[in-house]
Amino acid sequence: MRLSLVGISHHVAPVELRERVALPLDRAASLARELGDAVCLSTCNRTEVYLAGEDEQRALSSLEELAGEPLRSVAYRMHDDAAAVHLFRVSAGLDSLIPGESEILGQVRAAYDAARPGPFLDRVFRQALSLGKRVRAETAIGESPASVPAAAAALAQQVFGDLTDRPVLLVGAGRVGELAAGSLSARGARIAYVANRSAEAAGRLAARFGGEPVGLDDVPARLGEVDVVLAATGSPAPLIRAADVPAARSRPLFFIDIAVPRDVEPAVGELDGCYLYDIDDLEAVVADTLAGRRAEAERAERLVALEAERFRAWRASLDVVPAIASLRAYAEEIRTRELAKLGTLGEGERRTLDAVTTQIVNKLLHLPTVRMKEAAAQANGAHLAQAVRHLFGLEERKDGA
Amino acid sequence: MAEALFWPALLGYGEAALAYASPRFSRLGTWGVRGGWLAQTALLGLQAARADGFPWSSWAGSLNLFVWLLVSTYLIWGCQPRFRLLGLTVMPLVVALFVAARVGGGTVAAGRPRYGNLFLVLHVGLVLAAFAGFTLAAGLAALYLALERRLRRRAADILRLRLPSLVTLERLTARTIGISWPLLTAGLVAGVVRLRERGGGVDALMAATIAAWAVYAAFLALRPAGPRAAHLALAGFAFVILARVALAGSHF
Repeated sequence: MRLSLVGISHHVAPVELRERVALPLDRAASLARELGDAVCLSTCNRTEVYLAGEDEQRALSSLEELAGEPLRSVAYRMHDDAAAVHLFRVSAGLDSLIPGESEILGQVRAAYDAARPGPFLDRVFRQALSLGKRVRAETAIGESPASVPAAAAALAQQVFGDLTDRPVLLVGAGRVGELAAGSLSARGARIAYVANRSAEAAGRLAARFGGEPVGLDDVPARLGEVDVVLAATGSPAPLIRAADVPAARSRPLFFIDIAVPRDVEPAVGELDGCYLYDIDDLEAVVADTLAGRRAEAERAERLVALEAERFRAWRASLDVVPAIASLRAYAEEIRTRELAKLGTLGEGERRTLDAVTTQIVNKLLHLPTVRMKEAAAQANGAHLAQAVRHLFGLEERKDGA
Repeated sequence: MAEALFWPALLGYGEAALAYASPRFSRLGTWGVRGGWLAQTALLGLQAARADGFPWSSWAGSLNLFVWLLVSTYLIWGCQPRFRLLGLTVMPLVVALFVAARVGGGTVAAGRPRYGNLFLVLHVGLVLAAFAGFTLAAGLAALYLALERRLRRRAADILRLRLPSLVTLERLTARTIGISWPLLTAGLVAGVVRLRERGGGVDALMAATIAAWAVYAAFLALRPAGPRAAHLALAGFAFVILARVALAGSHF
């Protein structure tokens, strides 16, 4: 069985092209069904069709139809081991824009579930999904944040641990602040207040997060009620000064200042129990964690290599398994035919003869079976399987049948 | 046989002390702690079976028991990946104290003890269990201060260390002290009762232990927060170390 892959990804195709070829899950599944035994993986960064022994040209034509232009110059085609290794790397997050991002594993699973492929692709995809989980369990590739909002949320967790119901004061109702607040909210934090110069924008964002809109003048009064302050306004001067921060606090107060110019006076970071990260600090954290991800990616690549070796051995075994099965069937056929020639025998004698001849056949075939499996693991299984078919006339029997 | 069990225990603890240095091998470290603890448990079991009474009445014997209590306390939750650096602070101390216990003859099958069973179980057992808790609390406090410093310095690699959160470290430190202090109090009461029955004065180790008790009592009464709490926990631990290591010979 031949494994083929046709696709485009962020490595080779611009976003204008990728978005034309990107398919929702149901359409990707129906495309896979149209193509036969196939799985179509379509995300914002890639659209790939994996095929088991099907016509890859048809798959490419389908993608070109979606793109409305020829894809020959940007589409990649891979086969067998190379295609499998590519799928393994995709599942492990190693082929992603941000190495180690975890969303892709869910997308591979969804594509596989929706396509319900045949046994060959089923085995390859289950192996890829299992590898994806293993990479995330055994390496730290997906643990560190890869963006400023994610880093801000991860740092808040480093201070408070579980963020569930931790009150947050969002200062500024712009897009950047909204993204960072979303990241905190996704981890369970409660956006308690949204302070902004425009009451309308504050109200809109507060409604989205279930918080209370307040004016910028109210910010100092709210500092005593929250654990995290997220500042992201376009104010030309600091809005939060050291003098605004309540002195007596039993809990830490974490300031995330992603505004330029800064919204929080640097002296705030010197206060007892106060921790302040500005945009430069957050970007340094992201740069460091991305470097860490790259180091972890090397470990993940080693796991991919191990899995690729297993895939190769399994695929090679597919060449010898039919030969072994034919040889055993042939031997069994001879055995039963010869036993039938003995005519009438007592039940006890027949059972004894049956057991003895079965033993003889098993013992004779044991070593050839083992040797063929060994040869499969060493990549010359197909040649040996061919030799066995030739020596025992298995091909003629199959043709005759 | 008891002697022979010292080596696998030391091997396990030593392996853990080294393995915790790298996040990649921290899982091996955890297995080292577990293996070492099982071997030491067997060692203590054999010592108990062969002794005619409480077998850890010498300073070295009590050090052996203290190491076991410390590792037992650590095993409750310290083996989690996020507490790897706690293992890095606790396990080298465990190795050093365990070796000291052996050098002092605390890992051999004990002979006849100098004290009665009940008193020793109450006094030595409770005090050592409390000291083990305080040692762990000191490790947590040290981790807290290290993390707090990095947060304040805005270290770029702060998320790479994979430490427990600041709030978790503070809470665990306070909780460990909260559990250990009543044990120390009960152990001291047992000691005072015996002192009154048999007479005798207060030695240097007793004074250091009472000082530790007072510091931890202040910790629980004042409920300090942040770095102040961590510093107070470490101040109490200084008296624990003084009592456990420097002055142990003056008491036994």
